[in-house]
Amino acid sequence: MGNAKPLPYPPPLAGEGRVGAVPFCRDPKLRGLLLQALLCGAIGLLAYGAIHNAAENLARANIATGFGFWNVTAGFDISQTLIDYSSQGSTYGRAFWVGLLNTLLVAGLGIAFATVIGFAVGIARLSKNFLVERLATAYVELIRNVPLLLQLLFWYNAVLKALPEIAASVVMPGGFILNNRGLFIPRPLFADGSQIVAVLACTVVLAVVFNVAAGRVERLQRALTVRIAAIALIAIGVPVAAFVAAGAPFAFEYPQIGRFNVRGGAEVLPEFVALLLGLSIYTAAFIAEVVRAGLKSVSPGQTEAAQALGLRRMQTLRLIVIPQAMRVIIPPLTNQYLNLTKNSSLAVAIGYPDLFLVAGTVLNISGQAVEVVVITMAIYLTFSLIIALVMNIYNARYALVER
Amino acid sequence: MKQIAQALFAAAVAFAAAGTADAATLDTVKQRGVLNCGANGQLPGFGLPDSQGNWTGLDVDYCRAIAATIFNDATKVKFVALTARDRFTALQTGDVDVLVRNTTWTSSRDTQLGLNATGINYYDGQGFMVRKSLKVNSALELNDAAICVQQGTTTELNLADYFRANRMRLKSVIFATLDEALKAYETSRCDAFTTDASGLYSTRLKLAKADDHVVLPEIISKEPLGPFVRHGDDQWFDIVKWVHFAMLNAEELNVNQKNLEEQMKSENPEIKRLLGTEGNFGEQLGLTKDWVYRIVKLVGNYGESFERNVGQGSPLKVARGLNALWNKGGVQYAPPVR
Repeated sequence: MGNAKPLPYPPPLAGEGRVGAVPFCRDPKLRGLLLQALLCGAIGLLAYGAIHNAAENLARANIATGFGFWNVTAGFDISQTLIDYSSQGSTYGRAFWVGLLNTLLVAGLGIAFATVIGFAVGIARLSKNFLVERLATAYVELIRNVPLLLQLLFWYNAVLKALPEIAASVVMPGGFILNNRGLFIPRPLFADGSQIVAVLACTVVLAVVFNVAAGRVERLQRALTVRIAAIALIAIGVPVAAFVAAGAPFAFEYPQIGRFNVRGGAEVLPEFVALLLGLSIYTAAFIAEVVRAGLKSVSPGQTEAAQALGLRRMQTLRLIVIPQAMRVIIPPLTNQYLNLTKNSSLAVAIGYPDLFLVAGTVLNISGQAVEVVVITMAIYLTFSLIIALVMNIYNARYALVER
Repeated sequence: MKQIAQALFAAAVAFAAAGTADAATLDTVKQRGVLNCGANGQLPGFGLPDSQGNWTGLDVDYCRAIAATIFNDATKVKFVALTARDRFTALQTGDVDVLVRNTTWTSSRDTQLGLNATGINYYDGQGFMVRKSLKVNSALELNDAAICVQQGTTTELNLADYFRANRMRLKSVIFATLDEALKAYETSRCDAFTTDASGLYSTRLKLAKADDHVVLPEIISKEPLGPFVRHGDDQWFDIVKWVHFAMLNAEELNVNQKNLEEQMKSENPEIKRLLGTEGNFGEQLGLTKDWVYRIVKLVGNYGESFERNVGQGSPLKVARGLNALWNKGGVQYAPPVR
């Protein structure tokens, strides 16, 4: 380059004062915009090309396309249905809904259990009690280093092997029956499934609303006990009220042991139990590590300061340590929730009719691989985005408020 | 960058599908030097690799016969084990050249999947297996029974139909593979296990105590099993179809592995046409004159393959039944070579 001119100091800011002097292609702002537009255009073109090409190939190969199959009669049976479904009266679309709800059920309960176990084990790993700490460490190391699929097969076979056969069913007081076909419980006859769901939804919404409202008066010392009592009241009171409102016909459909199977009542499938156990225990090991990292991230000075102020141990944990630890815990916790939801698709190996298993059957019978896979992917994506959204809102509530 | 990579990947997937539909399958196979065959991998008698990785079975022999006639070498086959769920996609995308995986020929599979069924190499029907201790004598007694079944099969649909038609309550438990379904049945998660009758006989042998289980007499469906090829390549369709006919004709004319060299000198015009000592029927298919000679020499005729894999020469001991030749009480019938 030779003798370059010395740069002016301070360097002129882009576009400052000398817009006219900079040629169009040298303006970094304009150039950036142009490049981005070109890139977007190229990506759009590629996407269009891919979709167009795929559609053309499918048409040329005479493979049926379109979403018309959604309303075609399914013709296959599903072992666990939370909504009305029959092989002859329901469509592929309905089958998708059944699978979707089954996935939601196992993922929702799995998240709840994994969180409880994970927090307990995470705190136990920091315990000063040697035995508790070692046990928690062994749990984490054992569980997180064995592939989940293996664990699911283990739980499935363990659950099945441990349970008695039909003839030797365990009949428990209250009409509960347990055998290797599942756990059968008396079903109240006053409501069909939709009403129970509606009552439960009302309960949850009321409880959450009350919880949030009560949070605003937390400065009242007894707020916590009041809140717990009130939530318990709502959780019990609303269903009872609904029950009474429905005319309180006090009848249950009791399960009966038949020749092959148990008839009547509501059932909990062994596949469901195995999947729930496997997912919760596996994910809890990761959550435990997340929780441990979170608690460790709070400086010991905080605890010492709290103690100096005269707070008791539990108060210190609840009011000082956990709120600060949560800031570290929530983002990786979200990842674990997402993993659990997606891992639930391993259900296919142990015969739990989740979304992925039902979609696989629909795919094979209808033959419309592209559409079925796209729908399935879209549903899992939606699940994940909703979980992420909820956790982000939760995270925002816990975030450090900067002044 | 990630978006570009994803777009490129999607494009690659989409454009990749284009290539397979165009080229003639026979040329592709010859160029590759090996036939890619979609097979079962879990079903004794039809498609199962042994501990050394040698595949055997009736369906496996079909692929070997195709390889024998193209390459004059029955070992030039790469077997791809497919689940019931993945099998059609593997054929559609060109992963395999032919699918011979005890697959039922139905109208929708023939028309909606971009595939063609070439024929029926085994006439089958769906049945049930139960534990002897249940003392069940008929499938009609299975009301309320839990039944283990493999996902993505016609079996799954027939099962629901049969129970509904007979006003019985069904509790089906569905698994991704046959082995998983069988395992669940064995741990008595289910009262009965259902699949094609041929599959029942062969899976029964996999159970720890085969004698404790019994196959019920009812056959609840027609299950014509046969190979599938991609739609739109008529030459390949003809070859796969005629390999089966060649094996049937060989059996009918008593041409087998033992007497093959003698039969080459036969003066019977039908045998001469079949073995290519007269006419050029193999060349009409895009193969060689000795196309049937190769099949019989390296694999055998249909009867030999049947007896060796599922019949009296195998642990399954399945009777020929519907699969006997048309002139021996069955329905296996091949058009003549001429």
